[in-house]
Amino acid sequence: MATDLPTTLQYTAEHEWVDEGSPATVGITAVAADALGDIVFVELPAVGDEVEAGAVIGEIESTKSVSELFCPVSGTVVEVNQSVVDDPSLVNTDPYGEGWLLRIEVVSTGALLSAQQYGALNP
Amino acid sequence: MTAAGTPDATAPATGDPMTELRSPLHDEHVALGAVLTSFAGWQMPLRYTSDLAEHTAVRTAAGLFDLSHMGEIEVRGPGAGAFLDRALVGDLSGLRVLGARYTMVVQPDGGVIDDLVVYRTGDDVYLVVANASNHDVVLHELRERADAVRGEVGDVDVVDRSAATALVAVQGPHALAVVEALDALVPDPAAPADVTPATLRYYACLPMRFEGGPVLVARTGYTGEDGFEFFVDAAAAPALWRALLTAGAAHGIAPAGLSARDSLRLEAGMPLYGNELDRTTTPHDAGLGRVVKLGKVDADGRPLPFVGRDALAARAQSAPARVLVGLQGLGRRAARHGYDVVASTAPDAPVVGTVTSGAPSPTLGHPVAMAYVTPEVSAEGRELAVDVRGRREPVRVVPLPFYRRPR
Repeated sequence: MATDLPTTLQYTAEHEWVDEGSPATVGITAVAADALGDIVFVELPAVGDEVEAGAVIGEIESTKSVSELFCPVSGTVVEVNQSVVDDPSLVNTDPYGEGWLLRIEVVSTGALLSAQQYGALNP
Repeated sequence: MTAAGTPDATAPATGDPMTELRSPLHDEHVALGAVLTSFAGWQMPLRYTSDLAEHTAVRTAAGLFDLSHMGEIEVRGPGAGAFLDRALVGDLSGLRVLGARYTMVVQPDGGVIDDLVVYRTGDDVYLVVANASNHDVVLHELRERADAVRGEVGDVDVVDRSAATALVAVQGPHALAVVEALDALVPDPAAPADVTPATLRYYACLPMRFEGGPVLVARTGYTGEDGFEFFVDAAAAPALWRALLTAGAAHGIAPAGLSARDSLRLEAGMPLYGNELDRTTTPHDAGLGRVVKLGKVDADGRPLPFVGRDALAARAQSAPARVLVGLQGLGRRAARHGYDVVASTAPDAPVVGTVTSGAPSPTLGHPVAMAYVTPEVSAEGRELAVDVRGRREPVRVVPLPFYRRPR
């Protein structure tokens, strides 16, 4: 799994990814999506919400389990992926692409890992 | 992202892969790319591809399950039937040969030790199938109870066949077609000649031969679909597994893991030990009072003193403190095992029950749950709510099962 990690992204130990765009795009990793199984429901913050790195900002629910979504960065939510809200399976099929979750105008970042560091934690 | 809420019994867990038991089909699962999970001390397949795809395969075509972690305990001897009547809540001596029955073993106070399926495979031979998590305790109870009554009922032996026995299930509307396509499955010369898989009745079994070895084929299952279960020698299990996948390919068969098994049985309203049933629960609490045969009599026509009888006779007469109900989720979030049921979505609404199992229903497209609630709020149509991690999601009491297969 770790071999598929995009090296252009940064990661949290809790399995979120964030890119370096402005605004930054946030999603969850393929490792996390595989562990959850088929994702059937995502709950995301609203556009305009102020979010804080390390805080719980949503939930991801699969047939088998529920997980909390932690925010990798602090800032303001400027966009949520309505396609994923409508079809949560996009997180399973394309976690680094169509399955992105939200975009945040970043003020500061939290503790982030490189692909290599995240991969080492999730061999 | 991190796990929230209480995990289901079949959610991925972190056991020690070095000390866990492995199914005789372990290599088959690895070859199929299964995600393995720790379950009741076993490493078993959680899923092969997708929970939803496996669930849907069972509802629309056929699924193949490895259930080798279940406990198989043979009870045999001239006293076997009379002994089981004394040890279990059901009437087992009244079961016809090659019949099967859903029953329970309970404590003296009526609390459920395990729910069981018992097959009568001969005049004096019964196969008791226990849940994996309760295999040891059921074996222990049966042996102790046999020691206690052997003098009265006659000779009876309790033999653990679990390690030598694999259990494979084919479930789904195409299950019969899959079994009929299995060329290496042939009649057992000693079995009734007029019974075939096609004519085998629900909750009945038939000894057959697979590649020369014995296999007990039963029309039972845990998914709400038609299907067959195969009790087979562990050494023969991989060949049977592969043959079923090959024979089933044209019928849409898919290997299915514990995750699909759990969502299927929930839709079918079937209890899971550790969720709907446990030692604090009587069969009556779970709406399964019908399995308790208080009318059992001994050879002289006197009421039969089976373990738990007095407590369950009293329980049958009293008003229930709680009732097992089905809940349809009206929102998108699923209630899960252990969540509080509350009287309404109002923030101060009182707790009226507890969810025992819950998940999004793949077949129905909305969340479903089973829950114990107080009798006052148990009427069909009653709107309640479930506290889903601090938010009150509306639910409605609906009849069980949630899903019934079209006949």
